Amino acid sequence: MAKLFHFHGGLHLDGHKTESLTQELRQASLPAQLILPLRQHIGEYNKPLVDVGNRVLKGDVIATNSSLICAAVHAPTSGIVSAIGNYPVPHPSGQPDRCIVIDVDGKDEAAETDIIDPQDLEPDELIQRICRAGIVGLGGAAFPTSPKLARGKMHRVDTLIINGVECEPYITCDDMLMRHYAAEVIRGSGYLQQILRPQTTLIAIEDNKPEAIATLRQALANHPLADTEIIAIPTIYPSGGEKQLIQILTGKEVPHGKLAFDIGLLCQNVGTCGAITRALEQDQPLISRIVTCTGDNIQQPGNWEVRFGTPIGHLIEQAGGYKNADDPYLVMGGPMMGFALSGDSLPIVKASNCIMVMHEETIPHAPGYHDECIRCSKCTEVCPAQLLPQQLYWHARAKAYDRTQEFNLFDCIECGCCSAVCPSQIPLVQYYRAAKSEIRGAHKAQFKSDRARARFEFREKRLLLKQQADEERRRLKREALKKKQLQRGVSDDAMPDPVQAALERVKERKKAVEEETR
Amino acid sequence: MLLAIVTISLMAGLFGLILGYASIRFKVEGNPVVDQIDALLPQTQCGQCTYAGCRPYAEAIANGEAPINQCPPGGQATIVALADLLDTEVLKLNAEHGEHLDVPLVAVIDEQTCIGCTLCIQACPVDAILGAAKHMHTVIADECTGCKLCLPPCPVDCIDMVPERLTIDDWKWSNPLDQLELAQDG
Amino acid sequence: MTRVIVSSPYVAPGNSLKRLMIQVIVALLPGTIAYAWFFGPGVIVNVALAIIFALAFEAAILRLRAKPVLPHLTDFSAVVAAWLFALCLPMHAPWWLVAVGMGFAMVAGKHLYGGLGFNPFNPAMVGYVVLLISFPREMTTWYLPAAVSGQTLSLAESVAYSFGSVDIGQWDALSSATPLDQVKTGIGQNIPIDEIRQAPLFGHYGGTGWEWIALWWFVGGVYLLITKTIRWHIPLSLLTAVMSMALLFYLIDPAIYASPLFHLLSGAVVIGAFFIATDPVSAATTDLGRIYYGLMIGSLIYVIRVWGGYPDGIAFAVLLANMCVPLIDYYTQPRVYGEK
Ligand code: SF4
Ligand code: SF4
Ligand code: SF4
Ligand code: SF4
Repeated sequence: MAKLFHFHGGLHLDGHKTESLTQELRQASLPAQLILPLRQHIGEYNKPLVDVGNRVLKGDVIATNSSLICAAVHAPTSGIVSAIGNYPVPHPSGQPDRCIVIDVDGKDEAAETDIIDPQDLEPDELIQRICRAGIVGLGGAAFPTSPKLARGKMHRVDTLIINGVECEPYITCDDMLMRHYAAEVIRGSGYLQQILRPQTTLIAIEDNKPEAIATLRQALANHPLADTEIIAIPTIYPSGGEKQLIQILTGKEVPHGKLAFDIGLLCQNVGTCGAITRALEQDQPLISRIVTCTGDNIQQPGNWEVRFGTPIGHLIEQAGGYKNADDPYLVMGGPMMGFALSGDSLPIVKASNCIMVMHEETIPHAPGYHDECIRCSKCTEVCPAQLLPQQLYWHARAKAYDRTQEFNLFDCIECGCCSAVCPSQIPLVQYYRAAKSEIRGAHKAQFKSDRARARFEFREKRLLLKQQADEERRRLKREALKKKQLQRGVSDDAMPDPVQAALERVKERKKAVEEETR
Repeated sequence: MLLAIVTISLMAGLFGLILGYASIRFKVEGNPVVDQIDALLPQTQCGQCTYAGCRPYAEAIANGEAPINQCPPGGQATIVALADLLDTEVLKLNAEHGEHLDVPLVAVIDEQTCIGCTLCIQACPVDAILGAAKHMHTVIADECTGCKLCLPPCPVDCIDMVPERLTIDDWKWSNPLDQLELAQDG
Repeated sequence: MTRVIVSSPYVAPGNSLKRLMIQVIVALLPGTIAYAWFFGPGVIVNVALAIIFALAFEAAILRLRAKPVLPHLTDFSAVVAAWLFALCLPMHAPWWLVAVGMGFAMVAGKHLYGGLGFNPFNPAMVGYVVLLISFPREMTTWYLPAAVSGQTLSLAESVAYSFGSVDIGQWDALSSATPLDQVKTGIGQNIPIDEIRQAPLFGHYGGTGWEWIALWWFVGGVYLLITKTIRWHIPLSLLTAVMSMALLFYLIDPAIYASPLFHLLSGAVVIGAFFIATDPVSAATTDLGRIYYGLMIGSLIYVIRVWGGYPDGIAFAVLLANMCVPLIDYYTQPRVYGEK
């Protein structure tokens, strides 16, 4: 087995994984209505391809766009498009966003598929098909997969990393996936190899999932892949972060301002591998995923395969409902990096790996009083990005945003380790997030004002040129006139000035109008 | 004693020379101050500062003819940035020139009412209005700075200023300190 | 549902200021008890007085600054500062001495800078140094351990002494200089160390009683290390610096330089290394910086002890090092992930 390395800091957290693993993976039933946000990935908005009233079949593309970084949205089942408009979506802001609503008809009729053996396809065709299937990274970030693969292919990838680490507490969807769909994961890794031609492939899993490791090893034995190794890595949060995982497996750090494929690496989540297999072998687009529904306020925690657009409340019903319906506190993602949801009517989207259903009291949520930083540096000790969180906090709090950037604010991966250990219980991550959004906002405003300046200056120039041109034309005209008069032998004085004449005409007309209105 | 005085004077002289040299050698080739000021102004080009646009106002500031607190679209943030640049005192925004809006405005033309007179096109400082004579006009929302200069010329009053539509991407995390203050006030 | 939007992590806080401070107090107990055992309950009177004054000053200032009083008082940071301060005082001190010291510590040392977290200097040491400079006589009147004098002041006597209701003169026979003082004066009079240490005031390694107290500070320090309340960098580098300086000079001339063990076990080196220099607010924040910080304090302690005007140097050493903290932090910033 390869030698493993360490990353700086990190935390040993209570896993809370057994709760949702006691039950087998189940299929969630179809709700009456699906709400599908037009944008479920990182990138530009998709444009709807359907109108209200259209009937759609399972697998139909209902929204897409033409930008490079795009992931189309497909109808998860058959039904009628009943509305296109703004609905609340899972987002930290709790704000609505553009969605397509489908009234489910229950027939679950599928669109026609076009199945080709993926073995016969060229890498570019494979990427094309992955793009068509609307696949995004299913680890939680939801970055479209096909552009990542295309760029990876351009950069030559030496090591392909399949990420089955799942380091956040409570979440078990990848664990379940590996137990149930091990063969798909392995075959999906094979297709990635076919596209990227890496020298080695490492499948990393945290050693707290022995069952998943065993199943995957078995699947690999049944379907051997060249130069592929399954590696159990020690359990420490956040070992599943892309940069941290790279560091554990290779000892390399992704250089500042670069991306993983700049150093010949590419990471994909195990869930994404499964989705790729389905897309390539069955021409099935990404219309569902495994979601963990867990927490201390849910009757039967577990994992479900859920169609996108399913309201979270519907999933919670399948899990037996709330223990105490008076004070649910819902979080999408894990406790360390997830975000609170504004209610249970929001839909499950491509990025929803886990719905944590907690009690209001068990979650520290009020922006209450916190102590001052005592400079104990516990945050520095645990920061996997090797930042100085207390310095970042100091400047973020003072709103000295330039200084936060000097302390590499944007290298913060928002893992939450620093907040979790701070004895003064400072919501450090929120300070960083606030600072980041302010800086992004300022950049945007700057961009806009620069454009406005350019347009303004362009207009000034245009007006100036026009004025010059007009003057030039008038001058030429005058000269031509003079020449004519000279030829006719008439003196300047005898001839009425044409400008004067014109002005007088205008005056007369005005007078007439005024009289009329009187 | 004498030796000490001589040594110290010599040292002072030496450091003076080094500093002098450094200031020449490492002089920052800055853009002229007008450009720097202009870069901080919001480029709304609205004229609320009483100048014919942001650049003329920048020139006036650079010449010491205008105080730094006359630009409502920029608001306090711009004043602070200007004070920082010019190393002067931070002033409060002069309310005579207008009020700062947190969410900028954009113009929308009521396309039913528009008669296609082109007057607004001529007024718009950033060419954000599209249209031709006798045809309906429309505002390119992304380019509109919200300066309101197109409102007075419109003969049928068909232009409205509405708050810029914020998308989910414009949402900002709030600073916990501000939240705490809000909680205490409320 | 409208609720204030708060960011992850959504985990119950595993740590708190209060918990940290209580750990420190727990770690201080064995040493304090040993102190009282050897020198009588006077120290307990001092600690109690200091805590009362510290809390009173803190509450008053928080009121003035319109800050929440209760949460700040119950974080116990003032208690820890007061406790450490009281341990630095002579066993018996008049109440006003404690009050003045705590006043300076809390007002000038802490709140004038903005309160906990903003003070560049260790408040306890600020209070102590102010007293040492202003009231040198009161601050250097120490008493003999019970093992030597056969008698210590009872609790009632200590309290009476503190409030000046008894004549100090009757205990004059018990008062003495500290072992470090003795060594310093002795060397000044060209008496070899061996001879100085014949006096009953000295034990096997350090001063009688003192060496045992130091041991218990050490035990408390190890407890802090185990509970991860502090990290090893500062104590280790500080002790290393004291020991290696002492060893170096001891090897050069054992007649006029005391042994490393003597330096380690007398005075406030151990409590300083584990409890005083590790005050997070005023210490360096980076790992490497903390090593420099500890080394600096350790060497300064030795320098002040041997060549300076005061018998022990921990307070001055800490304050001097506090001044260098911004510089140390600036130059020891760790490399950020992904940067070369
Ligand atoms: S953990 Fe909290 S108190 Fe300690 S240095 Fe970091 S921010 Fe400050
Ligand atoms: S949230 Fe950011 S600053 Fe805090 S530990 Fe994680 S990476 Fe470091
Ligand atoms: S007031 Fe208007 S024109 Fe003047 S500087 Fe500000 S944005 Fe520009
Ligand atoms: S459209 Fe109107 S408000 Fe917008 S920039 Fe042009 S003139 Fe100003």
